[in-house]
Amino acid sequence: MRSKKNNIFLGIDWVLVGFYFVLIFIGWLNIYAATLDEIDYDLINFSTEYGKQLVWIGLSIPLILLILMFDSKFYEKYSSIIYIISVASLIGLFLFGKNINGATSWYNLGIFSLQPSEFAKAACALAMAKLVSDKQFNLKKINTQVQAFSILLIPAIFITLQPDPGSALVYGAFIFVLYREGLPTYYITIGFVAIILFITTLYFGYLNVLIATLALFTLFIIYFYFFRKKVLKRGWLKLIGLYLIVALSTISIDFIFNHVFQQRHRDRFNILLGKTDDIKSIGYNTNQSVTTIASGGFSGKGFLQGERTQGDFVPEQQTDYIFSTIGEQWGFIGSSLVIILFVMFTLRIIYTAEKQKSKFSRVYGYSIAAIFFFHFAINIGMVIGILPTIGIPLPFFSYGGSALWGFTVLLFIFIRLNANRTYEW
Amino acid sequence: MKRTGLLAYLILIIGVIYIGRLFYLQVLDNSYKIPTLNNSAVKLKYEYPERGYVYDRNGELLVANQLSYDIMIIPREVKSIDTLELCSLLKISKEDYIKKFNRAKRYSTRIPSTFVAQLAKNDYAYLQEKMHKFKGFYIQKRSLREYLVNSAPNVLGYISEVNEDLIKKNPYYQLGELIGRSGVESTYEETLRGQKGVKYIQRDRFNKEIGPYKNGKYDTVAVPGNDITLTIDSKLQQYGEALIINKRGGIVAIEPSTGEILALVSSPTYNPNLMVGRNRSKNFTKLYLDTINKPLIDRGLQGMYPPGSPFKIITALTALQENVINTTTSVKCINGYRYGSRKGAFMKCHCGTHGSPVSLNKAIYRSCNSYFANAYRKVIEKYPTSEEGMNTWNKHVESFGLGNYLNNDLSVGRKGLIPDGDFYNRYYPSGRWTATYTISNSIGQGEILTTPIQLANMTAAVANRGYYFTPHIVKKINNEKINQQYTTPKYTSIDKKHFEPVIEGLFQVLENPRGTASWSRVKGIEICGKTGTAENPHGQDHSIFIAFAPKDNPKIAIAVFVENGYWGSRWAGPISSLMIEKYLTGKITKTWEEQRMFNGSLQEEYEKQLQEELIEVEK
Repeated sequence: MRSKKNNIFLGIDWVLVGFYFVLIFIGWLNIYAATLDEIDYDLINFSTEYGKQLVWIGLSIPLILLILMFDSKFYEKYSSIIYIISVASLIGLFLFGKNINGATSWYNLGIFSLQPSEFAKAACALAMAKLVSDKQFNLKKINTQVQAFSILLIPAIFITLQPDPGSALVYGAFIFVLYREGLPTYYITIGFVAIILFITTLYFGYLNVLIATLALFTLFIIYFYFFRKKVLKRGWLKLIGLYLIVALSTISIDFIFNHVFQQRHRDRFNILLGKTDDIKSIGYNTNQSVTTIASGGFSGKGFLQGERTQGDFVPEQQTDYIFSTIGEQWGFIGSSLVIILFVMFTLRIIYTAEKQKSKFSRVYGYSIAAIFFFHFAINIGMVIGILPTIGIPLPFFSYGGSALWGFTVLLFIFIRLNANRTYEW
Repeated sequence: MKRTGLLAYLILIIGVIYIGRLFYLQVLDNSYKIPTLNNSAVKLKYEYPERGYVYDRNGELLVANQLSYDIMIIPREVKSIDTLELCSLLKISKEDYIKKFNRAKRYSTRIPSTFVAQLAKNDYAYLQEKMHKFKGFYIQKRSLREYLVNSAPNVLGYISEVNEDLIKKNPYYQLGELIGRSGVESTYEETLRGQKGVKYIQRDRFNKEIGPYKNGKYDTVAVPGNDITLTIDSKLQQYGEALIINKRGGIVAIEPSTGEILALVSSPTYNPNLMVGRNRSKNFTKLYLDTINKPLIDRGLQGMYPPGSPFKIITALTALQENVINTTTSVKCINGYRYGSRKGAFMKCHCGTHGSPVSLNKAIYRSCNSYFANAYRKVIEKYPTSEEGMNTWNKHVESFGLGNYLNNDLSVGRKGLIPDGDFYNRYYPSGRWTATYTISNSIGQGEILTTPIQLANMTAAVANRGYYFTPHIVKKINNEKINQQYTTPKYTSIDKKHFEPVIEGLFQVLENPRGTASWSRVKGIEICGKTGTAENPHGQDHSIFIAFAPKDNPKIAIAVFVENGYWGSRWAGPISSLMIEKYLTGKITKTWEEQRMFNGSLQEEYEKQLQEELIEVEK
């Protein structure tokens, strides 16, 4: 397949590789701190969680080499097949899957379990890149929009059914990709307005929102009538129509929240909006993680000195709440450094993606930047108590082999695609 | 903005927001940094101060403390112990152990909870030596109540473990701690309780205690509870309980010159020591489920009954104040009072005067219904509308503390009911009601409802000739004077001069051979009283009596209520006069009457009533 390019490291972006290893290293240290048991005091014990994670990290090296060995053309050519296999693996869960913590998201492979949804993200990004790089592709057409949305909705729906709505939410990241590639702006606008309506409806009740929006519309009309000396002619109909849409969606938000959501989902939002204040049961995790982070202070308590981390006080601290370990042990300095690292890492991916000559590579790179961003923003937002509890991992930090490998695949396919850019022409 | 920039800008913005939030949490906000119980690396040790003692007005110790020992458990620290040995030490079965362990684990794996509560003293001595073998268990010393008199559980109250609802409401308490539940234990909870001390102890990763956290910066010292002196006279209280035994009802005695409650008896009652120790919850359930006798209801405070004839005192005073009658006004009584032309519009009267004119004095000591119906009607009809008349009447009545909570320091109470114009406007929506519609109010029937303590307070106000002090149960806290709200007199809307003629009538109730309670007269004591017989749809009439003595410079005002006691002078009258005599002289002259009270029982009457109710239900 490759003649003069036997060196698989040719053209590799070492900055991204560097970010990868730094993030993984910091991540593992914190898993170590979070899962270190008092009794067992061997430095490395492979039966513990930090030990297992080390094995996963070690095994990701051959995985990386394997990814780099294939030519970038391979990923482009077989992206549809990879996508189909990936969706099939999601469907297969309903037949052969293993149920852990109420979600059938795992295949039991004897000594370890795999979570196919972590790999589906890469497959979906490849498929999306393939679709967008097609010469006929035009997002102004409804047909194309339907195609694009189906690609991300199919895996998202199967993941929701597992049920693992948190992981499915990540597919929302592709909106940014599609917008970048020409999706009409009103999709973003509608999405934005929908979020605002959702939050205000929950917070103030739908009746107040209805009244407030009505007042806003009236002010708008008055403004035009008196200050612009304009009489709205056919604009009336549009305004009334718009108001009806807003009213309808507000009422349906209220309905969905109160009748479709389960109580635990409602609780998560209510806690965040300060409507219930129960730190002992439902808000326990968030309260614990926020307290743990706050207790770190400016400079932190030091490695393995976090009393709350050592006391196992934050549930799921090594997985979804790993960031609280950083907050306690390394303080404001350490935790903001991690955020800066993530910001620089994702910006670096975007920067590299924009430099791609091949549209396929660009879209793929942009997709993974958006995915990493979503994970990072939602996870840390939850841990520091400004987003509701949504269980998705923090890339490279959270304990879990599938997630680690999933993110590794995601990143290194892009590194491979990027490497080819330098000698393709 | 270019499409390519959106995601990059968003990433930057989110980064800045998150760092800002971290800065707020970790640098600016200090509220998270004080150690809490949820902090597993810092162990909290509580020091519980001794709860304050309770004395009666004469300095007799009523409630003291006994030490108790709880076995506490921290589930996550329980490691490799000999459970069988522990079970046999604690005298519990293996199933019990598992059940208790799981319950503790459900509550929290790291916060201590009670495993076995209130061990006996000798068990403790034995266990203490062995406890070190059982990691995760320790003994917590607590003080329990000890009631030195078998009396007044309704006044003293009891303490019990806080429940989870309460912990949520009041963060001072932790699971397993004790709180006052009723009586003074409840109303003076914070006074008696004191303030528990907290010690923060730093632990290392192996849960070993390595010394005070931050050199004891956050530690607090326990503040001992305060002793309380009640206004109750324990001897009188116990005497009252003995007199009313086997009868349902309440006795409230007040010192008119101070508003201090001398006795607050509710019958049937129970031994306060039932509410202490390991059997507390079993005993409580038993008392709670006794829906027939309802021993947990304080009938002196919570029993709402029509006051009956004692209310005629208020009718008379109101009429005098409103100037619609004077001391010489007489009314002819024809065995009743005709208040309308309809056939049924006739209120019967048993004063036995057979048509001769009745004066105010006689009306009181013979308890003439006609006289007071007439006086009441004149008050209401003095005003252009019935509504105004009713409101004026209401204002006078409520100035005696009736129809409202007395705002006292008792843990329970009822409002009672004194109707006003509004009330009847709602009752008769046409608005066309007149004095005769509400004529039963004149004799304390109709819509009026009062509690025994309200009646006793009303009696005190009459005894004082026009004012009262809010009745209260605590005299001194740590030998310091009580709240000023109990030492400021509250004046009624009736002028002082109107009281003398009414009190003269009340005096004749016992003194005059034809008075309704002449049997209860006590030689050498000038008692003023008023009988009451309140009609009651469920069975026999209630027996009521109010009294104060001596006539001048009264020392005691009393209200007695005996459910289904036939008529006033049968039970309530004798009980009142015996209580008064006992309190004023310390002796009893009419021992045969005392014996009649000790031995008299209304249980048969209550059973009959219950049978009837059961038959009703079956129908």
